Amino acid sequence: MSIRVENIDKRFGAFTALNDVTLDFRTGELTALLGPSGCGKTTLLRIIAGLETADSGRILIAGEETSDKPVRERQVGFVFQHYALFRHMSVFENVAFGLRVKPRRERPGEAGIRRRVMELLDLVQLAWLADRMPAQLSGGQRQRIALARALAVEPQVLLLDEPFGALDAKVRKELRGWLRQLHETLHITSIFVTHDQEEALELADRVVVMNQGRIEQAGPPQTVYEHPANAFVHGFLGASNILRGTIRDGLFHAEGASLPARNIHQSGGEAIAYLRPHELAIARRPDPAGIPAEIRRILAFGALARIELVTLAGRVPLEVELPQRDLAGLALNPGETVHLMPQGVNLFPSAEAAILPKPVLAKAG
Amino acid sequence: MAATASRRVLPGFGLTLGFTILYLSLIVLIPLSAVFVKTATLSPEQIWAQISAPRAVASYRLTFGASLLAATVNAVFGLILAWILVRYSFPGKKLVDALIDLPFALPTAVAGIALAAIYAKNGWIGQFLEPHGIKIAFTPAGILVALIFIGLPFVVRTVQPVLQDLDAEFEEAAASLGATRWQSVTRVVLPAILPALTTGFALAFARAVGEYGSVIFIAGNMPLVSEITPLIIITKLEQYDYAGATAIATVMLLISFALLLVINLLQAWSARRGRKEA
Repeated sequence: MSIRVENIDKRFGAFTALNDVTLDFRTGELTALLGPSGCGKTTLLRIIAGLETADSGRILIAGEETSDKPVRERQVGFVFQHYALFRHMSVFENVAFGLRVKPRRERPGEAGIRRRVMELLDLVQLAWLADRMPAQLSGGQRQRIALARALAVEPQVLLLDEPFGALDAKVRKELRGWLRQLHETLHITSIFVTHDQEEALELADRVVVMNQGRIEQAGPPQTVYEHPANAFVHGFLGASNILRGTIRDGLFHAEGASLPARNIHQSGGEAIAYLRPHELAIARRPDPAGIPAEIRRILAFGALARIELVTLAGRVPLEVELPQRDLAGLALNPGETVHLMPQGVNLFPSAEAAILPKPVLAKAG
Repeated sequence: MAATASRRVLPGFGLTLGFTILYLSLIVLIPLSAVFVKTATLSPEQIWAQISAPRAVASYRLTFGASLLAATVNAVFGLILAWILVRYSFPGKKLVDALIDLPFALPTAVAGIALAAIYAKNGWIGQFLEPHGIKIAFTPAGILVALIFIGLPFVVRTVQPVLQDLDAEFEEAAASLGATRWQSVTRVVLPAILPALTTGFALAFARAVGEYGSVIFIAGNMPLVSEITPLIIITKLEQYDYAGATAIATVMLLISFALLLVINLLQAWSARRGRKEA
């Protein structure tokens, strides 16, 4: 079922959680709401579920206005960040809950409930835990049971609040792959909230980047990553090197280099360049499009080696990532001066830098 | 190797168990055993005559009946009070919260006199009830009112913290699964607070059984009608019939112990259902 969110506003006292948010979620898609904490992503999810009411705006599920429908009539499956499994019920009873509270004429018989619950437990591969109590399960198992419980009522949409937030890194990775598979089997329109950009990019069909109650960009992971709409999105998705400079003659001038850029929107003036660490090539030979920099540290472990440098002109710290093989070929040493050739420069007007999340620049939000 | 295998992870079991038994003996068991010893100075026939006297039997029924009823009423309304104090905020909430403890602090005789005064024929409340033929003061109903009064804080104070810990997320989860408000309260909230509620009930009941001060002022103390067991014991003591008093006390003790044991077992059972550990 498609979901449409129209002009949603939500304030908590003086704090604006959502500011005129309009979004479409297409049928069968898995969408990630991505943003730093406090950006309004969980609030949006709770408004779609009906756990929170918007100050203004509409929610349409499958084209039908649902803003005034109570939670229990929305047919929305919600998986809570801390799972909210009923502690006094067994795993089986937890999953059966949604079936047992149905009005009598819709409620399946005891055998029907049993069949449906076991089906769902098979789906999440935990049928052998049916008689356990939630306290006896691991975090990952609880997560899957919470999902099975939400699916029991055959929801039109599935909403997950920080589904992997409370799990350790290894389980997180496993569950991520598993959830993607599950989505491919069920094809329920799903939305999940996360602050982990890697999770959003890897798992979702579409990523919605939010900041301070607004949508910064929405699109397929590839597009959002490669063509960030603004400085915030670029800074939030993956690591970035930042250079301040000026635009002149169609080139970006900074740190003693003149760089061609992907997106020159302005004819002149100040701008900020975003460079991904893996989009910088290292050369020994000076070049007008190469930034002279001194190597400070070489971290050569893992598949990608990291090299920390500072520019010669302005002592701006930069980071470069390159495959181990290439590093060995270059035979670099700390203290050496090299020239960094950017392969893709994303330019943004310098005013946008004020809303940057990560590298803390002078102005605080 | 065999010695280390039986070692407990938490040290000090022997010491703390020894202390527990000694302390319980000094404070509870030895004084209570004196009751049995004193009772034993009577012959079995005499004991039976004392404890099966019609006045005594009527008082057991009244004391335990009124106490159970009062504890039940307190369980229901105490739960509602705790609910309101935890879930909503309203002006004067702190004041209401403080008022709940008042029955704890008030000397019970004061409570009894106050209750008797307002429920009497010409009292604030009594004057409106009298024309409808409802008599509270100096009847068993008065006893019930007094016992409800003194038992209220127990339920509120045991349920309140548990309710506070119960995240609203559980109710939201129930609602998102299609449960009505009633279903989420009866199937999700109540089972979670049942152990605390049972404890509160047991405490309110135990307090009510032993209550003397507030009851005697409002009860009227008519033999066979509104005479509670503790009063019979006092009366016997005042007549220097120590053995007779302890005989009745023994019966009270045994019934109280049996009832509390049952309540505790129920509570342990419901708590075990709540969190079964592997």
